Amino acid sequence: MRNLKRQLLAGPYLIWMIGFILLPVAVILYYAFTTTSGSFTFLNVSSITFSVHLKALLLSLKLALICTIICLILSYPLAMILNGMKTKSQGFVVFIFILPMWMNFMLRILAWKMLLSNNGVINSLLGTLGLPKLDILNTPTAVVFCMVYDFLPFMILPIYNAMARIQADTIEAARDLGAGTITIFFKIILPLTMSGVVSGIIMVFVPALTSFAVSDLLGGGKVLLIGNVIEQAFMQEYNWNLGSGLSFVLMIFVIVSMALMNSRGDEGGTGVW
Amino acid sequence: MVRKSAERIYLFLIFLFLYLPIVVLIVLSFNNSKSKVHWGGFTLNWYKRLFSSSSIMEAFYTTIFITLASALIATLLGTLAALGIDAMKKRGQAVMLGATNIPLLNADIVTGISMMLLFVRFTRLGMNTVLIAHITFNIPYVILNVLPKLKQSSRTTYEAALDLGATPLYAFSKIIWPQILPGVLSGFLMSMTMSLDDFSVTYFTKGTGINTLSTMIYTEMRKGIRPEMYALSTILFLIALILLLFLNYGKTAHKEPHH
Repeated sequence: MRNLKRQLLAGPYLIWMIGFILLPVAVILYYAFTTTSGSFTFLNVSSITFSVHLKALLLSLKLALICTIICLILSYPLAMILNGMKTKSQGFVVFIFILPMWMNFMLRILAWKMLLSNNGVINSLLGTLGLPKLDILNTPTAVVFCMVYDFLPFMILPIYNAMARIQADTIEAARDLGAGTITIFFKIILPLTMSGVVSGIIMVFVPALTSFAVSDLLGGGKVLLIGNVIEQAFMQEYNWNLGSGLSFVLMIFVIVSMALMNSRGDEGGTGVW
Repeated sequence: MVRKSAERIYLFLIFLFLYLPIVVLIVLSFNNSKSKVHWGGFTLNWYKRLFSSSSIMEAFYTTIFITLASALIATLLGTLAALGIDAMKKRGQAVMLGATNIPLLNADIVTGISMMLLFVRFTRLGMNTVLIAHITFNIPYVILNVLPKLKQSSRTTYEAALDLGATPLYAFSKIIWPQILPGVLSGFLMSMTMSLDDFSVTYFTKGTGINTLSTMIYTEMRKGIRPEMYALSTILFLIALILLLFLNYGKTAHKEPHH
């Protein structure tokens, strides 16, 4: 009896969940599989094979992959160095490296747009050094640059957390038993931080794959990612059915990539906090 | 020794990468020239302009309102939901948690679009729709923070209190509540962070004329960068810095500063 009463506490959320989580998914599926007149069609979803859409999807996958790899390469050694620091200063130093995450996402894009612009700081610096100008604004390179900047803390934190959890005893025991630094790294540190790496990859790859703001603002309309195609379908062409169809494809891609990653990492439960 | 300095250099380079853009923004916010490179003397002009710009200030207030309101409502609904879910049988829990995971798994752009499609069927897009959308993507963070604490809390103490004649509400407030409070708080903070930083969902669910800082900066940036934005960045960065220092101050767990 008491148990049933307690279950009722979830009632308001259940209603909210049906109304604002499940229903929207149903609506987007409805639009994805119907024409403007309401009859059933596969065309919206299969239009992903149109060369424009396919090109955008492949470019998104490519940029997201590059961004994730760069973040991983930068973060792993960083996490190791942070973890090896003296405990007294460690908390503060980690704080320093995570802090940019709390600066508004748009402002971080703004900062890079300004730095990379033609008469911006980087180019005038290169100019005074007598080096050639770096003309990367409005190219995929600028987009990747900014994505790495945006998402780097999301990779650093889970890896660092996983590393901080490794008991010093484990490593000492291995050393006592005669393991060298390289063996310790491959046999202990790497496997034990794998869950952190997996959640880091998910937290970087998915937003990078689906973002449209970065490519829109730093690509100058020349870098078309799948997010941009979807955004334009809704906001400029008002073609909701097409937009929903492509969103559905994106949804599938995200779910599949998450499932793939999660099957690699055994728990993956290394949250940001 | 060589390794130590290599490590230092590496840390410094990443530090530079993360902070150089922010430092440049801060310096330019005091620059008495529209140029991005030349220093035209110190000025507070951009700050004055920032505070006298009604569109920026309106976006600022909207952001604060949406962030606080959505985090509060999500914390309330989410905490109640966690209590209810905790009392459910395994199957019910799996269903509830499965649905709860949807906003976490879905890309922001898909969440935003799906809600927009629903909203335009029944109502006009405006402040309310943004608020509903933010509450929706915040609730899962609350549930996922509170539920583990509930599972850890000691059921036997609670039942002992009931046996000794405490009312369920009294026993809850004295025994369960103190144990789940850290989870409730971190759920609330996480909700605030997500809400503050959100762009995509707000972008699709907002009506015309309503802007949060994120969508306002986005629209501005498409037109070009105004130096007032540098001033805004500086202020927001300082707010984040102060809040986080404040939150972390006195925390015992130095290894996980954001737990």
